[in-house]
This record gives sequence, structure tokens and C-alpha cells, in this order.
Amino acid sequence: MANMSLKKVPMPEQDPKVRARNFQEVTLGYTAEQAVEEANRCLSCKNPKCVEGCPVNVRIPEFIKKVQEGDFKAAYEIITSTNALPALSGRVCPQETQCEARCVRGIKGEPVAIGRLERFVADWYRENVNAMPTKPEGSGIKVAVVGSGPAGMTCASDLAGMGYAVSMFEALHTAGGVLVYGIPEFRLPKAIVANEITKLQAQGVEVMTNMVIGRVLTIDELFEMGYKAVFVGSGAGLPMFMNIPGESLKGVMSANEYLTRTNLMKAYNDQADTPVIRSKAVAVVGGGNVAMDAARCAMRLGADNVYVVYRRGEAEMPARLEEQHHAKEEGIEFKTLCNPVEILGDENGRVKAIKCIRMELGEPDASGRRRPVEVPGSEFELDVDTVIMSLGTSPNPLIRSTTPGLDTNRKGCLIVDENEMTTRQGVFAGGDAVTGAATVILAMGAGKKGAAAIHKFLQENK
Amino acid sequence: MKILKRTDQNMYKIVRKKELNSSVTLMEVEAPFVARKAKAGQFIIFRIDEMGERVPLTIAGYDREAGTVTIIFQKVGFSTNALGALNEGDYIHDFVGPLGKPTPVEGKKKVCVVGGGVGCAIALPSAAAFKEAGAEVTVIVGFRSKDIVILEDEFKAVADRMILMTDDGTYGRHGLVTQPLQELLEAGEQFDEVLAIGPVPMMKFVCKTTEPFGVHTSVSLNPIMIDGTGMCGGCRVTVGGETKFACVDGPEFDGHKVDFAELMSRNGTYRDREAQVKETHTCRMEAMGKALIK
Repeated sequence: MANMSLKKVPMPEQDPKVRARNFQEVTLGYTAEQAVEEANRCLSCKNPKCVEGCPVNVRIPEFIKKVQEGDFKAAYEIITSTNALPALSGRVCPQETQCEARCVRGIKGEPVAIGRLERFVADWYRENVNAMPTKPEGSGIKVAVVGSGPAGMTCASDLAGMGYAVSMFEALHTAGGVLVYGIPEFRLPKAIVANEITKLQAQGVEVMTNMVIGRVLTIDELFEMGYKAVFVGSGAGLPMFMNIPGESLKGVMSANEYLTRTNLMKAYNDQADTPVIRSKAVAVVGGGNVAMDAARCAMRLGADNVYVVYRRGEAEMPARLEEQHHAKEEGIEFKTLCNPVEILGDENGRVKAIKCIRMELGEPDASGRRRPVEVPGSEFELDVDTVIMSLGTSPNPLIRSTTPGLDTNRKGCLIVDENEMTTRQGVFAGGDAVTGAATVILAMGAGKKGAAAIHKFLQENK
Repeated sequence: MKILKRTDQNMYKIVRKKELNSSVTLMEVEAPFVARKAKAGQFIIFRIDEMGERVPLTIAGYDREAGTVTIIFQKVGFSTNALGALNEGDYIHDFVGPLGKPTPVEGKKKVCVVGGGVGCAIALPSAAAFKEAGAEVTVIVGFRSKDIVILEDEFKAVADRMILMTDDGTYGRHGLVTQPLQELLEAGEQFDEVLAIGPVPMMKFVCKTTEPFGVHTSVSLNPIMIDGTGMCGGCRVTVGGETKFACVDGPEFDGHKVDFAELMSRNGTYRDREAQVKETHTCRMEAMGKALIK
């Protein structure tokens, strides 16, 4: 029975006032009844546009059909036939610009909540079945995957499924990449990431942490060790700063640092040895998802006032609408059309305020967005003790500087051909290392393409 | 290439421990991947347990055959004290490296390596590397007092000329490391390179001493660091007006260009909290220590 409601079945979530002070997951997920009710909104289009909008082409109407029937296990199997990590993508994908943006139900009313359904199916499976994959029989040809973030995990999983002997190298002490160090617990519980890593290991993937490729081993040494192909999914890289006065004051840090302290090093937990500044008032500079994560962490770490300072308008903010909405609900104040010009310190070299100038939008720039221009004489100060710079990253030099013949573009991103192969024979790459900072699902898509390309390459070069 | 047999994932065995003085400890740690690649000037990051912080330590030595790396550290904070409480046969949870760039030793004919306090531990491998690369090596090391002098014999073994200073005059020459350096430079000594490793004020004054003589001077910086792989930006330092990341661009930089005041200030970011932790965590540390003695 089709559900013709124009609105999605709402997903239960923690009360904003409560959640703004804890690190538990914000959204609680559908119950089975809610999932079926929402699934019934899907019209099972013969020519489903939603699938085209998905970077990993999840067979959306098919899995939703199974949810309608209450066969969640079958739904899970349909999803995982093309997407190895649905519990992650169901949570962090920008569905509103991908699958859900194409949904016919969205023409009049809200689209089907594809992301919420995907998450429900993945969570249901983990809680009720969680069968570990088995190690498939295969050629046993060795392939190295550098980086254990979304690109690396997807690539490793697909390759292991094809029977390759995969080693996945992680520089940090915990596998998961940005899913572990960057995205906070309240958006993506780390236990879910750890479960995905355990599944990879069950598939036969050798997960090696504390292995900084480029330093501990070079790409060339991986080949010498018998790996026949390498996939580089090493992620984004070094944080950018504004180069304004006061950026070296105590209390100024990159969003990467703030999030790494809070998430990877668990500084929100008093039992952890790593400290994080317990700020009273915080300015987060930038308007992306990372800025939202940092601002929401600051609130949870006890700040009274958290500002997001962004030089363009709210409509131009790159962060997902849902993240902006959640941030505002939690009491974060948006200072849009404002740009920092200086950070002011006290006599001890600690941040005491950030001086900003108001902006207005002028003509569109190269990115197509209207370029912000300063309004002369409009400077003002915000009293803050912490400033978090969330301005994006530039690629990490470790691999490109130690791998002869590996070419990068002007920005330092690895250059790949249509088969995800770099300028070095047998070395493939994908994710932020290639595109610059982008989304988890794009990285997963690249990991998937990379695995297929490596398979093809190894078939042709036996 | 021989495929390395990896030790237990994420468990790095302490194969030797030696107290060099009351607060400085030497440990040899089984870490074949690190030992294979380590060079003077590079560092490792250790993590004591699941809730531990990531702490950088410069590599004091390595044995590629045995697959071990030597670290020498001063027990100053919570994590170094916890590390110091471990014994031979115990395991360190994480031990990753080598990180950072090695000391550039090639092409130098005459160098002076200046070490201060526990910084001597990491000045030693660089001095040895210079020697091995064919340079004539002068070593100036300074300590607060006789009872904390470390590695004297080891330095003598690699130095063509060795000057040992103590602040209080209880051993060697009385005074600071900058005094003999100043004298040598005034006497017309032509160093291609001075490398200073020690407390930030010492490195700063070594740079002030060499600057009028135009001698290229490198310093090994140890700013606050988390990942150590070029991701967090916590270790940023200003060198010649530019932001540099000690973990991937360093840890050695041109000392005449380093903004030392900023480095000292930033290194104090968590000092208040550290003092507080030291007070409240004494019990855990003592308990750990006692448990290990048993």
C-alpha cells in the first residue's frame, strides 16, 4: 500500500539541548515500523533516477522493495552488492544532492528518505545478523592499499571479494581514516567503523596500522615486497591557514587538530591522556561540513558561545543543510558575510578575540558563487578564547615526494587517468588524494572504481 | 628485498632499559620497520596504551640487524613517566616512524654539534652521521650539573674535539655551551654547519651566537604534535615568515629564521592542564609503578 504522504517519516533524534552536551549519536534511526512506512513512499519507478544519482549505484528501488516486504536481510544483500559500507554512507552521504535529489516524490513534497532507509537496513543487519564475510578463494595475488579511509576500505573490500591478498596500510594507530579522526562520534559512532574494519579482516584483508607509506615503506618498496598493484587513498592532507596576524596565538588551531584531539584521541573522555582546550567561546572559520563538526564538538566540550564565521552568505555555505540545521538547533550562531582580519591575544599570548570585517556579495567568481567583498570600516570584534580554522587542506607531500614518476597537478593532487591509474604503472589512486577535499561517498566511489581497474590491470598483466 | 617478519601488530617490545640519570631513561625497542629506515634527525611517535596520547621522540639510535630503535627520554610529563615505568620485556602499544626529514649530513667538511641536557641524546646520532659522512666534528655538550651528564663516552667516540660544560661547574668547564662556541668562532674557526639540539632557549642563544659570523645553523624543533604525518597542523612553526609543519617539513630548520618566541609560547598551550594532570594523576602513576615492581 503506497504511502502518499508528502513528508518523510521523521527520524527520531536526541533533543537539541541534551545532545549539544553529549557525544552520543544525534539521530537515532528508524524503527522497523517507521522504515516500512517510509519505504512505502517509494513508487518503484521503472526507470529509477535515484540510482543514477548514487556514486556507487546502489540498487535503490530494489532494496526499498525488500524493506516494504519486511525482508531486511535481503535488502542488506542488495545494498552491499554495490556498496560495501552502507552503515557509513547512510549516515554521512549528502543524499539531498545525490539519490534523493532525483527522486520523483521530491517533485511535489519530500523525496523518499533513501539515506535513512539505507542506514536502517545496515543497522538492522549489524544488530540482528552481523554475519562476518568469509575469505573467498582466489588468485592470492598481493595488492597494497595505502590509507584506510572510505576510499581504501571500499577498494580493499572489493579486491578481497575478488580473491586478491590485500594489505591495507594506515599511518595512524587506528584504521578508518577520516571516519575515525575527523567525523565525530555523534555523527558516526566509531564502533560502526571498527565493525567494518573487522569485516574487512574477516574477508582476509591484512590491516596494518602505524605504517606511514612514504616514510616507513615507499611505493617502490611495496612492489619489491611482491605487491603487484598499489591503490593510494591517502586522503586530504595539510590544513590551510589564513595568514592573518595572530594565527600563532595559543588557542588557534586547525579543524583537523581540534577534531583529531576530540575524536581520534578521545579527548572528550576524561580518561584520555590527550588534552583539548575546554573553551568558553569559540569561533570556527569556514562553512563546510568540517566546520560544522568542529563547531558542534566545541559545544559538546562545554563552550557557552560557538560562532561559525563564514565570508559568504548562508545560501553559499558548502555544508550539508542537515548539518547546518542541526548546528543551529544546538545553539551555534552563524556569522555569515563576515571575514576574520586579525586574531587578538592577551598578555599571555592566548586568544581573547577575533576581529572580523563584514562582507557583501559582488559578482560571481570562477566557482560560480558570488564573490564576497569587504565593506570598508565595518570591522567588529567577537570575544572568543579559541579560533578553529576550517579552510580546507592541501595534499600531503609524503607519497608524491618519495615516489619517482608519480605526477601531481598544480595543487599537488595525484593525477589519474580514466582508469584511476596514476602516471606510474600499477599505481592507482582515488579519494581526496586525487580530488582534494570531497565527500566520503565520492571517495568510496573512487575506491570501487580503483578496485575494478586494478582487477582489469592484473588480468591484462599476468 | 627480504620480506620483513612483522612483530605482533601494534605491540613493540622493550628489549633493553637503562637509567642514564635520575630522570633520563634509555630504551631499545623492537620495531623492525622503523629500524630499517631510521636516520639521524628523524623521530618516532609512541602511544602507551589505548587511552594514551601520541608523543614524539627523536630517534637516539638504531640497529638495523637486530631491528631495534633506541630512544632516550626525560620523564617530564604523564606519558614519559608512564613510559619510564615500563621495563624490559614489556610492550609499548604504538611506535611509529621514522617520521620527519633526516639531518642533511652530506657535503659538510667541518661541523659543530651543540647538545643541551637530554637533547644530547639526539645530537649524538647526528654527530655520528656527520662523522660517517666525512666531516670533522666538534661537539659541545652542556648539562646543568655533573650528576646528570649523559653519553660522555659515546660523544668522545665520534667527536674530533669534545667540550663538556656544566652550568654549575661541577664537571667539565663551567658555563654555558655558547661560551666555547663564541670563542671558537672568534678564533676564526670556519664551520660549514652548526647543529643545535636542546632546550628552546639554548637553541635560540646558539643561533644568536653564530648569526654575526654568518654560520649556517640548524635547530631541531619539538613543538606540540599529534599525528606527526602532516594532517593536524599542531606542530606549525614560523620559519622566515612562513608557516612550516615540523612533522613533514622538519624537524630541523634554519635556526636564524625560526620564530623562537612564538614556539616557546605555543609550547605552553597545555601547561596549565599538564600541571593539573600531574597533581591528580599521581595516584594512577604510583599505582602503575607499584604494579610493575610486583
